[in-house]
Amino acid sequence: MDIIPLSSLAPGAKAVVAEIRVPVEHRGRLLEMGLLVGTTVELVRFAPLGDPVEIRIRGYNLSLRKHEAEQVMVRQGR
Amino acid sequence: MSAPPPSVPRDTRFTVVLTGNPNCGKTTLFNALTGLRARVGNYAGVTVERKEGAMLGADAAHPVDVLDLPGTYSLSPQSLDEQIARDVLFQRLADVPAPGLVVVVVDASNLQRNLYYATQVIELGHPTCLALNMVDVARENGHEIDVDGLSVALGVPVVPLIASDGEGVEELKAAINRSAVERVSQKARKPEHAPAVAGPLAHPPTGSQARLPTDARRSEPRSFQELPEAFGREASAIRGQLAGIFPHRDRLASAEALLILSDDKVLAAHPEQYPPAVRQAVAASRARLEASGVDWRSAAIEARYARVSAIAQHVTVESFVEGENFSDRVDRVLTHRVWGLMVFVGIMLSMFVSIFVLAQLPMDALDAGVGWLADRVGSVLGPGALQDLLANGVIKGVGAVVVFLPQICLLFLFISLLEDTGYMARAAFLMDRLMSRVGLHGKSFIPMLSSFACAIPGIMATRTIESPKDRLVTILIAPLMSCSARLPVYTVLIAACVGGGALRRGMVLTAMYLLGIVGALGMAWVFKRTLLRGEPPPLILELPPYKRPVVKTVLRHMWDRSKLFLRRAGTVILGINVLLWFLVTYPKVPTGADGAMKPTSGSVSQDAVGNVASAVASGLPAGSPLRPDEAHGQVDSLQNERSGDQLRRSFAGRLGHMIEPAIRPLGFDWKIGIGIVASFAAREVFVSTMSVVYNVGEVDAGDRVATAGLAETLRGEKREDGTRVYTALTGITLMVFYVFAMQCVSTIAIVGRETNSWKWPLFQFAYMTALAWCLAFVTYQGGKLLGF
Repeated sequence: MDIIPLSSLAPGAKAVVAEIRVPVEHRGRLLEMGLLVGTTVELVRFAPLGDPVEIRIRGYNLSLRKHEAEQVMVRQGR
Repeated sequence: MSAPPPSVPRDTRFTVVLTGNPNCGKTTLFNALTGLRARVGNYAGVTVERKEGAMLGADAAHPVDVLDLPGTYSLSPQSLDEQIARDVLFQRLADVPAPGLVVVVVDASNLQRNLYYATQVIELGHPTCLALNMVDVARENGHEIDVDGLSVALGVPVVPLIASDGEGVEELKAAINRSAVERVSQKARKPEHAPAVAGPLAHPPTGSQARLPTDARRSEPRSFQELPEAFGREASAIRGQLAGIFPHRDRLASAEALLILSDDKVLAAHPEQYPPAVRQAVAASRARLEASGVDWRSAAIEARYARVSAIAQHVTVESFVEGENFSDRVDRVLTHRVWGLMVFVGIMLSMFVSIFVLAQLPMDALDAGVGWLADRVGSVLGPGALQDLLANGVIKGVGAVVVFLPQICLLFLFISLLEDTGYMARAAFLMDRLMSRVGLHGKSFIPMLSSFACAIPGIMATRTIESPKDRLVTILIAPLMSCSARLPVYTVLIAACVGGGALRRGMVLTAMYLLGIVGALGMAWVFKRTLLRGEPPPLILELPPYKRPVVKTVLRHMWDRSKLFLRRAGTVILGINVLLWFLVTYPKVPTGADGAMKPTSGSVSQDAVGNVASAVASGLPAGSPLRPDEAHGQVDSLQNERSGDQLRRSFAGRLGHMIEPAIRPLGFDWKIGIGIVASFAAREVFVSTMSVVYNVGEVDAGDRVATAGLAETLRGEKREDGTRVYTALTGITLMVFYVFAMQCVSTIAIVGRETNSWKWPLFQFAYMTALAWCLAFVTYQGGKLLGF
């Protein structure tokens, strides 16, 4: 199955992180917050003004800019 | 930062260090442990808040100090706050004692990510205890945690807690006390080693049969990751090297080796911390790892998360909970496309309107109290320079500022509430898009919002911003947000110049706040495109679950911050008022008809009428002598003119006159000039200055100090041609000036300290003053053109 950017998930949809293309200098904290390859992620909602996005990983809610969410590639389950 | 000296064991007190992720309830736990006796200060050389206090209920023979570290997500710091937390745990700060016990606070409802940090801390090898907080929230979400199982898996005692209800706090205190007593008895046995090898707790205080694992009395700290083999090999080589170079912190060597190997920022940011040999070895290790296909940046993080999620799954019994949890339901409304923004604007608006409405009663009471006190002092001391100084300089001057305490308390109350409920993060989430338009991100919103209270905590709050450039931009624009010190200025000017009901006044006030926000965003946009260009770092913002605020924590927060304001009133503002009183009182108007400068015995003299006449005569141009009978016939108006003359000739009057040419295009007269000059030290001084300035205009022989409010006095103030000085346009222009001008010595000092330079605060002062003048000019001249 094809991988798609996290930002193109529909609100409420779940997927598994397949690849993180965020530049290395910004990657560290994202990984430490628990967003790793293989992590299940749910896109909760987009902010009222369209950016940032709210996601749910490991049982808590985190918000990222669309710009980074576009660089996190996910695979949706069947 | 230089290489730290070897840690010196301090055996006087037992220090407990509280650490944990942001939003884990650490502050509430700290308050529960220390009661109201905490001290708030700074770490040496930096303005990271250092909170510590003696633990309540400690054994009298074994006093315990609790140190609350800033919230942090990992030991690879991304901000100054996190760096301090790491440095304390790594014993790199000379003035912080080595931890006798580290209490890691863990949010049970967010176990995996909290354990990520907790295991990092446990690996440091300090005696450690885990405070498993918010077990009630976890239960509501369907997670029942096996406390004993967690204790066994981590190898440290685990105390379940609900810090907000005080549940489990006694058990944690008991565990801390046991640890303190044990350390002392160990030291008695082996004094040369303590506290560096202080053992773990004797008993896991879980109340059950849980036992510490057999390796509890370890010499080697535990490790919570199965690293790829090559990575493990490289890490242990570096560990050996570190242990050889820094024998005093050999316990930390394993954890430190892992961090400097996998975090490229640590070595780059502090090259002086490590000798070249270490840096070369790390670079060589990374090259070898890359060659063998191991990602040294992510390997350790992935290995730890793998282990931590296995532990979390093992100790958590999941039960199915139907539907969404409370926070999800609330967020459906509060981050909704339409409702979310409406609620946000509503919250901001009601905050400022209620500051006006609710604070009115206590403010009137304080005002009356200040007037009464000044009267009492006046009648007890009797006329004279001392009475004048105390009543008008000190009591009335400081009182004019202290009167605003209710408003300031309310503002801090709202901000504390927003923070403690978790709404502040949503505000950042909602506002991030706007902030990104000017090149900042949502995290800058929180310092900016705090700057509504005071730029000082706001600027201090910028420490959570990772990028140095973004942080600097936020510092530069933070004072444009209308702080609480401007509130008194706005209040008086609105009452004097605008008038109208609470709604209308509230709207003008909101407009001033909005103007500050627009100005701040505009300047941020300019700075990000000129002086401080740079790609903003990604936003990584946790949206914590909503919490019922803990009344004590909120009030504590409010009080700590209001105290800062009161302290300023008691020190800086008091000093300025005494100085001002001197400036407006001296030199005395000459009493002799020849105009010689003879000092009088005080501002009140028995033959006041004669004085007035001669004073006025001497104030008139030479060649227009006034006959005594004429002078006596005009006594009433002359008395006012006499004091006006006194003011005109005083040092303050001369300063005001001196800057009058610069401020006349803004529609300000020299009396306003005095207020502006005085408030370059602190804005709120404007109010007290104006009351000193106009009291001087009202005090005359034998009369009591006028009790009319300052606003009414200003309202009645006339120009020579009989028009009002404080028209709506003047008032608005003056407020615009105050929105933009940098008039706060304390802020300048804080910016100097935070940026470690004098260049930035001076630049900030210059650009803000220029901006204030230009915009006030546009307002006044534009207003006149439009016919106001």
